[in-house]
Amino acid sequence: MSPRAQVYILAALLTVLGAGLTIYKHFALGFPLLPGEYRTVWTIEAKVSFDADGGPVKAALTLPRSQRNMAVLGETFSSSGYGFNIIHQDDEHRAVWSKRHASGRQSLFYQLDVHQTPGAALEQPLDLSTEVVKPLLGAREQEAVRQAIYSLVEAGRARSSDVSTFTSELLLALADTRNQDRNLIFGYYKDRNFVDVALLVLAAADIPAHRIRGLYLEDDRRRLDPEDLLEIYDGKRWVVFEPTSGTPGVPKNFFIWQRGGKSLLDVEGGRNSSVTFSVISNDVPARDVAMLSTSKEKEALVDFSIYSLPIEQQSIFKLILLVPVGALVVVLLRVFVGLRTSGTFMPVLLAIAFIETQLITGLSIFVLILILGLWVRFYLSRLNLLLVARIAAVVITVVILMGAISVVSFKLGIEQALTVTFFPMIILAWTIERMSILWEEDGPYEVVIQAGGSLLVAVLAWWVMTNRYIEHWTFNFPELLLVLLAVVMIIGNYTGYRLGELARFRQLVR
Amino acid sequence: MRLPPFFSGGLVSPFKLRKLGILGMNARNVRYIARYNDRDKYPIVDDKLNTKRAARRYRIPVPDLIAAFETQPTRTRIMQVIEPLQQFVIKPARGSGGKGILVIVGREGDDYLKPSGSKVTALDIQRHVSNIHSGLYSLGGKPDRCMVEALVDFDPVFDKYSFEGVPDIRVIVFRGFPVMAMLRCSTHDSDGKANLHQGAVGVGIDLATGKASHAVQRGLRVDIHPDTKMPFADLEVPGWKDLVNLAASCYEMTGLGYLGCDIVLDRRRGPLLLEANARPGLAIQIANGIGLRTRLEHIESMTLEQLEKNVEERVNYSMDYFAARATL
Repeated sequence: MSPRAQVYILAALLTVLGAGLTIYKHFALGFPLLPGEYRTVWTIEAKVSFDADGGPVKAALTLPRSQRNMAVLGETFSSSGYGFNIIHQDDEHRAVWSKRHASGRQSLFYQLDVHQTPGAALEQPLDLSTEVVKPLLGAREQEAVRQAIYSLVEAGRARSSDVSTFTSELLLALADTRNQDRNLIFGYYKDRNFVDVALLVLAAADIPAHRIRGLYLEDDRRRLDPEDLLEIYDGKRWVVFEPTSGTPGVPKNFFIWQRGGKSLLDVEGGRNSSVTFSVISNDVPARDVAMLSTSKEKEALVDFSIYSLPIEQQSIFKLILLVPVGALVVVLLRVFVGLRTSGTFMPVLLAIAFIETQLITGLSIFVLILILGLWVRFYLSRLNLLLVARIAAVVITVVILMGAISVVSFKLGIEQALTVTFFPMIILAWTIERMSILWEEDGPYEVVIQAGGSLLVAVLAWWVMTNRYIEHWTFNFPELLLVLLAVVMIIGNYTGYRLGELARFRQLVR
Repeated sequence: MRLPPFFSGGLVSPFKLRKLGILGMNARNVRYIARYNDRDKYPIVDDKLNTKRAARRYRIPVPDLIAAFETQPTRTRIMQVIEPLQQFVIKPARGSGGKGILVIVGREGDDYLKPSGSKVTALDIQRHVSNIHSGLYSLGGKPDRCMVEALVDFDPVFDKYSFEGVPDIRVIVFRGFPVMAMLRCSTHDSDGKANLHQGAVGVGIDLATGKASHAVQRGLRVDIHPDTKMPFADLEVPGWKDLVNLAASCYEMTGLGYLGCDIVLDRRRGPLLLEANARPGLAIQIANGIGLRTRLEHIESMTLEQLEKNVEERVNYSMDYFAARATL
């Protein structure tokens, strides 16, 4: 295969890999494509309260299961003086608080941070009981209620085609206050709520069903009671219904706390127990949400990445990851424009120095020290020193100059000059050496051309590297470097003219 | 200060350049240098001591080597070598683009004279040698070797076309076939240097006849040398065929497919190979007023049989095929 074809195939592979990983990270792990994106994180607090009898107390609260459209970012328990444990039992998670002696009003808190992600709330199939317990209505006085129930079932069945539509019809009928049968049933079951009655009628119709407890996520809601949804089994799968409207499907902002199974709260050794919820929403940077929601599962992509490094190293990497972008700028300007720079990647190093010092400060310090340094080097070269000793002397001079500039500017109140650090200094000393050779060999004109070219490229590279989008992408999607690599490889195959050559060869076109 | 040519005079369409067969830098790098020049052959041309050794093996005449210093020499050793000489050249073995070459044409008391007439002290020479050894002029600053070469006794035929400097002839050789040639004449403007971008005159030489066909200074056509006022139309390189032969045989010597040979004319010895270049520049196109690409592509389209010609046959073919249209 020709080298050119290899380049294109390799570039295509790299692009697919890099872009694929990026897309995966964005859609599956929720990493934001644009900087400054915020996500809504709901903080749900469950407050368990009861009156303790004075003896041993044990309170068990069913905890929400992980669900598809909600990412649990963190949970906290506060329960002063209580022993705390989470038990896993029959596919259920329950928080258990316990204490040897407790009396008076007790309050226990469980707090949960969740983030809503798009997608279906429930997964099928689920190993839930499909057992149906028919209501016992044997007594004579119950005959009317029984009749009413079965007449509702019959009416619903007549107006529906399958289990799903039947349930809708039934729920609508139960919500209709003009319906005589319905009024009779609710009259009999005065102490039961709507969902209880609906479950009863569904059982009479031989449809497996249970309740789903949960919350509607709305900002700043306090002392909420859990709300119920109905879930029925249509022979193949579980279908959720909003009970009062009879519409299938989980409402969008509904957070499922408990699905089927046991009671929500069990308290031993206490009375008047209740669970209330409060909900508040926070806007949190999207990347933090993504990091939190993936750290639990230890996604390999995140775990084996720079995010696993300590924060300090991460900030260094943030800078290092920008180097390829700067390199791309140099490649573009050299291959497509034909700008002459001193050294291929010195402009990138200069740009990094500028990132540390800020552009204007960096530029003025660079030019100032370059001029002073060149002058010093010219003097040193007359002293017949060996080259290595002379370069060392230039480095020392540059350090002294930088120190002096820092002190003077600090006294003058310009604090930015203090940011000149180790890294720019070496680049400067090196540049001065190269420039002075250039001066001797090709004259000052060439020095101005090359230093100017280098500075121009450095400023452009700095401008690109400090772009907030570029910073965001290189740090959060380092796999995009593969795409960058592919781009550079393809540019390396470019055999067209450079912009500079359109001017250089213009006299050949007559 | 002059503005660089980039900013004055506008741009031309890349399609026009393409149509005229002008070779661009990117195409040169990707299509010719990367494809036809093996990297392991570079040391032969990048190190002038290696070039000299190879040239001796292939009986290609070169300027005489007086001494070569492998390590940083002591002052006395340099002086021992230099003392009996009136004229000599000091160069770094791995310098590029003519960097670090010190030419001494005479002596005045304790001092040495450069072609421009300025004086150089013995101390300056020692410093220059020390700089060469430290790698000041070599690529990447690698420690370098220093060579002392005999000054070429230039054929006076170009005296009228050169000012304060050394004229040399650059021939581009592609797969053994000479494809284009130019003469570089230094001017007052170029400070005695033969670099076109520093203001030297580039004179395109017709491969068939050795006569000047076109001349350019700083991108503008000229008919006479700006300092000596001599018309280039009269310029003819003597012993042209020998010179082209020498250039073409550098192909066998270096094994490089795309090659620039710098040749000078010695009064007694004729053409001498000064150095070979694996990355020759593209200014030769401006000097000749024509593009290289069409010629290179013509040779690329040759059959294997055609490529297996010997030096003589290749030179004859090129002379026939690449004859120029004079514009002077």
